[in-house]
Amino acid sequence: MDRRGRFAPLGAGLASAASSIIAILVGLAVGFAILLATNPAQAVRGLGVIAMGGFNGGMKGIGQVLYYATPLILTGLSVGFCFKTGLFNIGAPGQMIVGAFAGIWVGTNASFVPPPLLWAAALLAAALAGTLWGAIPGLFKAMLNVHEVIACIMCNYIGMYGVNYLIKNSNVYDPLKNQTIDMTRAAIPKAGLDNIFFSLKGRFHDASSVNAGIFIALILAIAMHVVLNRTVFGYELKACGLNRFASRYAGIREKRGVMLSLAIAGGLSGIAGGLMFLAPAGGLHITVVETLLAQGFNGIPVALLGLSNPIGIIFSALFVAYIDQGGYYLQRLEYMPQIIDVIIAVIIYFSAFALLMRQAIDALRSRLNRRADKRARGAGEEPV
Amino acid sequence: MNNAPDNFIIEMLGITKDFPGVRANDDITLRLRRGEIHALLGENGAGKSTLMSILFGLYRPDKGVILKNGRAVSISGPNAANALGIGMVHQHFKLVHNFTALENIVMGMEPTRLGLLRTDQARRQVLALSEKYGLRIDPDAKIEDSTVGAQQRVEILKMLYRENEILIFDEPTAVLTPGEIGDLTRIMRSLADEGKSILFITHKLNEIKQTAQRCTVLRKGRSVGTMIVKDTSVETMSELMVGRRVDFSIDKTPAKPSPSPMLRVERLTVKSGRQQKPLVRDVSFEVYGGEIVCVAGVDGNGQSELAYALAGLIPADAGRIYIAGKDVTRSPVRARNMLGLAHIPEDRQRYGLVLDYSVEENLALKSYFRSPFQRRGFLSFAVMRAHAERLMRGFDVRAAQGPATRARSLSGGNQQKAIIAREISELPNVLIAVQPTRGLDVGAAEYIHRRLLAARDEGKAILLVTLDLDEALAMSDRIFVIYEGAFAAEFDGVKADARELGLRMAGSGKRVD
Repeated sequence: MDRRGRFAPLGAGLASAASSIIAILVGLAVGFAILLATNPAQAVRGLGVIAMGGFNGGMKGIGQVLYYATPLILTGLSVGFCFKTGLFNIGAPGQMIVGAFAGIWVGTNASFVPPPLLWAAALLAAALAGTLWGAIPGLFKAMLNVHEVIACIMCNYIGMYGVNYLIKNSNVYDPLKNQTIDMTRAAIPKAGLDNIFFSLKGRFHDASSVNAGIFIALILAIAMHVVLNRTVFGYELKACGLNRFASRYAGIREKRGVMLSLAIAGGLSGIAGGLMFLAPAGGLHITVVETLLAQGFNGIPVALLGLSNPIGIIFSALFVAYIDQGGYYLQRLEYMPQIIDVIIAVIIYFSAFALLMRQAIDALRSRLNRRADKRARGAGEEPV
Repeated sequence: MNNAPDNFIIEMLGITKDFPGVRANDDITLRLRRGEIHALLGENGAGKSTLMSILFGLYRPDKGVILKNGRAVSISGPNAANALGIGMVHQHFKLVHNFTALENIVMGMEPTRLGLLRTDQARRQVLALSEKYGLRIDPDAKIEDSTVGAQQRVEILKMLYRENEILIFDEPTAVLTPGEIGDLTRIMRSLADEGKSILFITHKLNEIKQTAQRCTVLRKGRSVGTMIVKDTSVETMSELMVGRRVDFSIDKTPAKPSPSPMLRVERLTVKSGRQQKPLVRDVSFEVYGGEIVCVAGVDGNGQSELAYALAGLIPADAGRIYIAGKDVTRSPVRARNMLGLAHIPEDRQRYGLVLDYSVEENLALKSYFRSPFQRRGFLSFAVMRAHAERLMRGFDVRAAQGPATRARSLSGGNQQKAIIAREISELPNVLIAVQPTRGLDVGAAEYIHRRLLAARDEGKAILLVTLDLDEALAMSDRIFVIYEGAFAAEFDGVKADARELGLRMAGSGKRVD
């Protein structure tokens, strides 16, 4: 076969990054269309504000990006890890909320733990509860072949309503605000980050909410990268995801892989919940409402945009948090909050089409190659 | 109907089709008369399916023309074929499982009025066709609840409903029970009597004798000739199909079997969920170290299931399997592998390789969990790389970027060599090799044969499952013929006669010595 005139294959990493960036640009274009449709006069400025993202708010804004990226990195890892095993973990919201409640409960009631370690004990409880909540759909899938999406969705609702019930019937409930109490003693430490990421308003030190959680998320992302790419366990899980027939042929216990994969994913989401809600006064609290956590679902676009690669997920979570902050600052212009939510959601979800873009790039490339082949063959083909 | 000698409805003239590395059809000419049943006979890989796929528009020929009623036509796809009245019953039926028979038959051509289905009209038409040709079906039965024979009748009705006049049957009897085969034969005759022209792909000689008027034999992509069936003996057809026994018998020393069997199978039976008839029926045999035992048979006679059951990929319904004296009937795959079972699977891309893993990762697929490939749960990529380089050198596996190449981008022959390298290097007691040379060019096939013989001479027990007569004869110390799931005959590998073996594979049981 004549190889002249063929398009040299792009490096795999480069093609992945290119597809993610194209997806982001498409998302921004659609977002811009909505800006134009709702308030044409401010559209260009609006796009600028969105594109500026976290930078709108100076150092505090950057801190907020890191703060909001923390749970997204973890739910993104949770979803992406399962994608690598060929599973779709749509249960992150439930795993998060269950983990968060367990963390808050331990943080309030585990009085035997010395105070400097209380937050760590609470976070461990969050991880364990999330693991359990992820293991349930894993067990159903492995033993009874119940599709994990069904079981995960059910666990989301059971988790949310169950936690609402438990909050109201335990000593972590603040009836005045209809939410969990402040986690003064078990709050995630700031680790000095509040002295870096702040803005001065006159003499007022306006600090970001960012805390040590971002370090934990980064460490876990690197750990997942190592697990997936360096260990026997990761080799088996990926083999199951890529070709389950060949994995069975190789003697890999596929069912065990399915269970462990969902359990680990649940643990990651549980930690996400713990890091988000183990917060003092002024931070985030679990409110007793009938809504699934958006940070859980947003793990899906984060994982897709990061092509399920743990390192890619760090960047895609930062991007989503960054755009989210852009939306926050968009309120300065005359956009209704609902419209802002729509725009941000559109950008994020279009960005999640990275894989689609990747396929489009590959398809385009092979079409161009085919055309080149045909030209090379010339009129060799006879009509039938 | 007009049955004049030169009344050809379809003529395929000088058809040539190349696939990368292999010429599947080489200047083949096939003429189909109106109202005849014309058999297309040939071994696996002889080019029958390619030729029929060209007629049905699935492939475009590189050279040659197709004439219908003497006029050149271009068949760009199945829809174009349908418009020309060409229909095909594929070996694996193309039916929607949760639709009824009637819905499947009319699908895509539903009679409608104002956008609404007119089921009553469709039902009348289908029942009339069913009556006319004796194709008994229950129009309201779901496909998933129907027998294979009934599904096939639905496929035939689908063609008739589309008013096809040229009907292609791709190995229609492979999936049927003997009773159903008799029904199908009658149906095909009545279709031909009504003026339909039938092309019938098969490698079962008795069926040709019973149904076809003429027969075209293909061998290795070429047409060997077209003959009148009633003037030709089964033996002649078999000889034409197989060809003269190619005498590249490799230097083979006599087998030195080990004192006790490495693989012992006792009355093994394997059933499948949907089909009533067992796929493997009451099979018993032994394979000793240092010999190659061959299971020869035509595709679809249970040999695939036998191999999968031995490897632990599908469960055995009855009987026992012993590896190196240990009962492994209920053991998982890993336990069997640890007892020294290696397996070159029939479907190398589905089972044999993780295509998106690199060659080195694939070469470690059976050993990654053992030291030194892993230490404390971490993979040693240096060990994997060295292992891969050694095997790739030893087995001549060529890859553009060495051990780091994706398995997907390897050629078929190199994929197969990689699998064989991995399986032989595991130092097995028992090696199950299923069609190890399928789709490979002669050079690669010969290489693989030599490696298998070397493994035998090192004392390994080898079970060779093949569809290829030449391979069976060249390689085996003993040959079992599998027919409809059961062992029909046993031959001594040295004394076996190609013609007789071919007859047994085609299900001809009566043979006077």
